[in-house]
Amino acid sequence: MLPIESQKTSQIRFMLNGEETDVSFAPYKTLLEILREDLGHTGTKHGCELGECGACAVLLDGKPVLSCLVLALECGGKQVLTVEGLGEDGGLHPLQDAFADLGAAQCGYCTPAILVTAKALLDQNPHPTRDQIREAISGNLCRCTGYLQIFEAVEAAMLKIAGQKTSAT
Amino acid sequence: MPNERDPRVTRVGSLKANENDLRVIGVPRRRVDARAKVTGQTRFADDIFLPRMAFCKLLRSPHPHARIRRIDTSRAVAHPGVYLVLTGKDVPIQYGILPVSQDEQALCVDHVRHVGDPVAAVIAREELTAFEALDLIDVDYEILTTISNPEEALATSAPRIHEYGEEGNIHKLVALEFGNVEEGFAEADEIFEDTFFFQGNTHLPIEQHASVAIKDPDGKLTIWSSTQTPHYLHRALAKVLEMPAAHIRVIATPNGGGFGGKSDPFNHEIVVAKAALMLDRPVKICLTREEVFYCHRGRHPILMKFKTGVKKDGAITGMHLQTLIDGGAYGSYGVASTFYAGALQTTTYHVPRYRYQGCRTFTNKPPCGPKRGHGTPQPRFGQEVQLDKIAERLKIDPANLRLHIVESPNAVTANFFRLGTVNLSECIRRVVEVSGWKDKFRKLPEGRGVGLACSAYLTGAGLPIYWNKMPHSGVQLKFDRCGGVSIFCGATEIGQGSDDVLAGIVAQVLGIDPFDIRLFTGDTDLGPVDLGSYSSRVTLMAGNAALQAAERGKAIIAEGVAEKLEVPKERLSFADKRVFDSVAPEKGVSFEEAVCIAEARFGTIGTVGSYTPPKSPALYKGGGVGPSPTYSYSAAVVEVEVNPVTGWVTVPRIWIAHDIGCALNPTLARGQVEGSVYMGLGEALMEEQEFRRLPKKLSHALVHKFPSILEYKSPTSLDMPEVITELIEEPDPQGPFGAKEVGQGPLLPIMPAVANAVYDAVGVRIDEIPITPEKIMKALAEKKAGREPRFGPSHFPRINWPEALRVPPPWEGGDGNAVNDVPRRTRRVSKKEKVLTS
Ligand code: FES
Ligand code: FES
Repeated sequence: MLPIESQKTSQIRFMLNGEETDVSFAPYKTLLEILREDLGHTGTKHGCELGECGACAVLLDGKPVLSCLVLALECGGKQVLTVEGLGEDGGLHPLQDAFADLGAAQCGYCTPAILVTAKALLDQNPHPTRDQIREAISGNLCRCTGYLQIFEAVEAAMLKIAGQKTSAT
Repeated sequence: MPNERDPRVTRVGSLKANENDLRVIGVPRRRVDARAKVTGQTRFADDIFLPRMAFCKLLRSPHPHARIRRIDTSRAVAHPGVYLVLTGKDVPIQYGILPVSQDEQALCVDHVRHVGDPVAAVIAREELTAFEALDLIDVDYEILTTISNPEEALATSAPRIHEYGEEGNIHKLVALEFGNVEEGFAEADEIFEDTFFFQGNTHLPIEQHASVAIKDPDGKLTIWSSTQTPHYLHRALAKVLEMPAAHIRVIATPNGGGFGGKSDPFNHEIVVAKAALMLDRPVKICLTREEVFYCHRGRHPILMKFKTGVKKDGAITGMHLQTLIDGGAYGSYGVASTFYAGALQTTTYHVPRYRYQGCRTFTNKPPCGPKRGHGTPQPRFGQEVQLDKIAERLKIDPANLRLHIVESPNAVTANFFRLGTVNLSECIRRVVEVSGWKDKFRKLPEGRGVGLACSAYLTGAGLPIYWNKMPHSGVQLKFDRCGGVSIFCGATEIGQGSDDVLAGIVAQVLGIDPFDIRLFTGDTDLGPVDLGSYSSRVTLMAGNAALQAAERGKAIIAEGVAEKLEVPKERLSFADKRVFDSVAPEKGVSFEEAVCIAEARFGTIGTVGSYTPPKSPALYKGGGVGPSPTYSYSAAVVEVEVNPVTGWVTVPRIWIAHDIGCALNPTLARGQVEGSVYMGLGEALMEEQEFRRLPKKLSHALVHKFPSILEYKSPTSLDMPEVITELIEEPDPQGPFGAKEVGQGPLLPIMPAVANAVYDAVGVRIDEIPITPEKIMKALAEKKAGREPRFGPSHFPRINWPEALRVPPPWEGGDGNAVNDVPRRTRRVSKKEKVLTS
């Protein structure tokens, strides 16, 4: 008998980083597992697979979710954004630039999840206060930075995005 | 994008190089590996997926202490999708990080020593299949008495957790005396005796340990692993697999946080290597979070007693420190930790006479080992809290008291550690000033308070883990015709920025952009040995090796260009990707052309550099733990608010000054300071590796209280205070561009500073870490009842200490040897060493 993980009996079609994507997988798999194991998107990390660390956050229809707690089967027809889809026109997203410049990524393991979580924050609230930034990423543990350089990077990106918007109009 | 909040830098003295020439060093800069990290492309060990890859799971002991009578794997072997089942007899050779503690087996053969000790491994086509098959392995255990803490270990000589060690369940006893401490106490105006307890805690890197092993096409072994010490893993694999080390390649993948927790060779690494060789297919393991708690190697719980004699002005006349250390089930780095727990007391303040007695016991818990600060945060906590008590009794401001007793630069301490630059006084003055200490200490309203504490840390261990005379770090450079430079080095990137240190130094010397450099690091096949990312050694040791290699390359290129341009080579400058006449800058060539000129003249250009630390004057047995080329210093002021009803502690602000020598990349330096402060705060207030007994009607086993991230509390973004970082730069002659460490030292003052601040806020002493609301409430209740306003241990058990090795300190004419032991090195050699280092 085929081991259960090899029984790729489920299939969904969804938008992964803006691209229509089909994937077959064993029905019990989480979004985290199909991203990493079946779709080769290893940018999304894991630190517990129990919903405790926040390292696996991705955006599902624009909202941050812990991909280790989301069944892949629930994602059919939805939009999923991971760190791989954050860049724009071959360049870095302002958040990525700011994180890189300001020391917000030390080991970089928590970084992909914090980046997408911060993007969701800025999409929904273009001018968050320091406290709102703290609140938004309070479910993402980082053991390296002490968070302060992360806050500063989000604030720097916020200003840059706001600047781009003003110059565009 | 410059950062306005980069740390304030106070210069003491001037940098070695002309500051105008520094285009890379000292400039806040995007680290070289940043882009990979922010795009999710950094490849951690578990991100590796290879064709035909099989997955490994370990069956772990459910009992804290037992004999294995029998293991039956037949049902697991027969399970569909299972490729291989291994047990202890397949990998029986013992190993361990320290040569004196080769006490681990990749899979336990007949004795399990803690819940989580692995007894068998299943390798299967799918991870879930391997997991299912674990249930099909039958193990017959004979339960042994559990030893749950050091006092039980002292009282229980049998059963023994290990057949080696001092006796019974005592792993290691240390007794050292530097000068006559009793005379010191006789000279004192006041004697202070205090006991403290520092609970164990764990690293909690967000990345779980993972490894992938393959049999190479030519039959050799390659393993990718989240290890901080590829070189030591390399040696352990060669030993256990009985393979020539030359046929093993260890690639340390970037670690998703290490903090010391990935510094031992681990059973799972050996198991996947063995399985890959047997199956001839890639084998991967990634530990679950629960398993990471069983790997542990974190902070040792330590009970300690400080007896300190002081003069009325605070000058220390003598100090006696005793420690009782809970080692857990294996040796790990424990012998070193036992020495470290007594080593650095003399490096901050002048201690003229010092006695240290340390005892590490085995217990049936996951092994303890090195966590950020390795063995030194616990006694630093005790020492700095006791100093606060001393200052209060002597009615001296704690900052002034410390300023009065700070040890001098370049001193040789009572225990024969040679210090380098010491800017602890400057650190204290800076934090006192920026925190407004004078207006706050003992002046804030009830419930609010400030506390101050200091510390020192090594910039790299002076001795390697196994005895040898070779360099501690090597760097190889390849100069390319296209103007690119490749760096090959064993140094391991664990997030601290070791790649950036190497690239920054090489780029600075050659006048190129760090982005023009390619790095090949943490790979035992490609780069020369670097001992690993531990003991804060990489910046100084790999940095010096890189500096030497780059200077040698520069000399070759300068030779060629000088000839070509007919300019004396001393006059050539390397900057802005050009090599030019410093007198007539327009006369020059691009760096790329310069390499071509030199290659045409001298042939292919490659250089090497290496670094070996200076010899230490500490010649006595045990003097190998604690010496370092130089030490970093920190001082911190912590402000707290304590809720008198709930005991809840809030920390709004922390000021910290760190004596760094030179901040090679200030953005990263500040990140290390803040990350250390964060981790110290977690230890101070909440983090603890706790155990409990299961109910009697279950197994009554001693189990980890909460092996999960949810219940192992660590600070979140909501808990992080504002941190004001000050860097003190006085280039240390030992460091590259004068740099000293910054990755561990700034953690050390946080725990005692919090305790001292709590006392300032509500007048209770919490002599135990972590400082939880429950403990504060208990102490407040004591205070209310008119008893001693304190929470902490009340006694230190009796231990049969061996006779101390007596080492007269330098000011008593000591030569670094113990008078009651055979001299370890002759005078002749120690004279030569003076010549070398003068
Ligand atoms: S992996 Fe930790 S929350 Fe999902
Ligand atoms: S950068 Fe390492 S966990 Fe956040």
